[in-house]
Amino acid sequence: MRGRISLLALAPLLMAAEAPRLVPDVSQNKIDIIYSFTGAELLLFGAILYPGGKVPSRHPEIAVVIKGPSEAVLIRQKRKIAGMWINAASAEFRSVPSFYALAASRPIAQIVKDRTAVIYELGIDNLQLSPASGDPADDRAFEDGVVDLKRRGGYYSETANGVEIREGVLYRARIAIPARVPVGKYTAETFLIENGRVVAAATRDIDIAKSGFEAYVARSAERNSFLYGLGAVALSLVLGWLASAAFRRLSER
Amino acid sequence: MDLYLPIAGLSVNVFMMIGLGGIVGLLSGMFGVGGGFLTTPLLIFYGIPPAVAVASSATQITGASVSGVMAHGRRDGVDYHMGAVLVLGGALGALAGGFAFRVLQAMGQIDTVVSLMYVVLLGGIGVIMARESIHSILAQLRGERPQAQGRRHHPLIAVLPFRWRFYKSGLYISPLAPLLLGFATGVMTVLMGVGGGFILVPAMIYLLGMSTRVVVGTSLFQILFVTAATTMVHAMTTHAVDIVLAGLLLIGSVTGAQIGARMTQLLKPEYLRLILAFMVLVIAFRMGLGLTWRPPEIFTVQPA
Repeated sequence: MRGRISLLALAPLLMAAEAPRLVPDVSQNKIDIIYSFTGAELLLFGAILYPGGKVPSRHPEIAVVIKGPSEAVLIRQKRKIAGMWINAASAEFRSVPSFYALAASRPIAQIVKDRTAVIYELGIDNLQLSPASGDPADDRAFEDGVVDLKRRGGYYSETANGVEIREGVLYRARIAIPARVPVGKYTAETFLIENGRVVAAATRDIDIAKSGFEAYVARSAERNSFLYGLGAVALSLVLGWLASAAFRRLSER
Repeated sequence: MDLYLPIAGLSVNVFMMIGLGGIVGLLSGMFGVGGGFLTTPLLIFYGIPPAVAVASSATQITGASVSGVMAHGRRDGVDYHMGAVLVLGGALGALAGGFAFRVLQAMGQIDTVVSLMYVVLLGGIGVIMARESIHSILAQLRGERPQAQGRRHHPLIAVLPFRWRFYKSGLYISPLAPLLLGFATGVMTVLMGVGGGFILVPAMIYLLGMSTRVVVGTSLFQILFVTAATTMVHAMTTHAVDIVLAGLLLIGSVTGAQIGARMTQLLKPEYLRLILAFMVLVIAFRMGLGLTWRPPEIFTVQPA
């Protein structure tokens, strides 16, 4: 992960001096999850700077990727045993992005070469989940399982024609962040693509965190678990007693 | 109106959760059960992670049983002596259940075991309760007097050593019997997120042979303490108690419980038991379907 980012940063320098440059930005670099959080929409926008300020006649393409923190996961597969569907086989993957959203100016398969797509992990099918077990055929099935679950849960998405490019210079893309999004450090990567190759790339960090009361509750549950438990019990006792007392008043009248 | 649940990690509709709590509270007030057997599955169907559903519904049952214990206590309907033995067993059961929960979770079999327990226990109790209530309804319709049952405890229980006197229950039995019963419900509370009232009440009547006057009050007394202990166990081991979710459910259920308790007078107990038996069977059937039908998700993901 780290190695790839530094490679991305170096990529423009390694290429010919007349390569264009990206000036990217995101609408929010911190998303606070508060009590009313029902999802957010991120706007990724920026400009393409061409050497000499000359816009080429054939406009380049843009792809943007928002990626959530990677995690190790254990995936289990149910099988029918004695008439019941029971977890049977399992596999482990060491780096599964908790969130992945890609938007591109055209379908991603049409604008990049396969090898490039694999290198930059462009497209859900090109994510490298690092299986921890041995058998590649088995891993493939489990990988499809993980991806399918994430895709249907709204955690993985791909939007063709999701990036709008104005006169070959300004671009913007909207990416929806669903309400169930996991917290953590996210990255927003922007790729400038010409002739099937990535010619410039830039990364911005986005922090998604619980804040205010929600952060306080989540923190207490982890750190002061004993007091938190006592608090929950006290809350239920007080509410139960209050209702009982209130209704007794009502019925005495 | 949507509200974000900090531990469950998703937004829920506030009125839906209060309403769910209200319905469960209504039932618990009417039938003298905690209603966890309804809350936990319904929360899971709604999309709340199972661990959070189980832990938070235990918290909700505590609240719903408070007013019941207070009402029965005022009427001298709680055998505190018997209750203390049951609570001790329940606390031990909660600890053992917490251990079993972690082992089963690591094996990936927690969902299957919990579903199976729901099907077997709810199915069994539901059938017994339905048969019994239909018999007594039919007997009433035919105008027969219900034959007085000799309050005899089960022969197996008479065998156990160290007999104690439980005055209010009218029993002279070994404390090991209620201790084991408490233990079993404690395990169930942690694993299934139910108070165990639907097991405890019949067991107290038919196995221990307790005086019916103190059965419901004593069972609620035990449920109150065991669900509180379960909340603590979950808070400290699985960190899955969502206080916001529990609060929403509580607001609905403590109110519903009061209304339900007043509605009890409108229906005959046999009919109440028949309705409860029907609901218990529906839940058991739904859980059974979930086990045997090809599930929509063949794969499940958990953090490694």
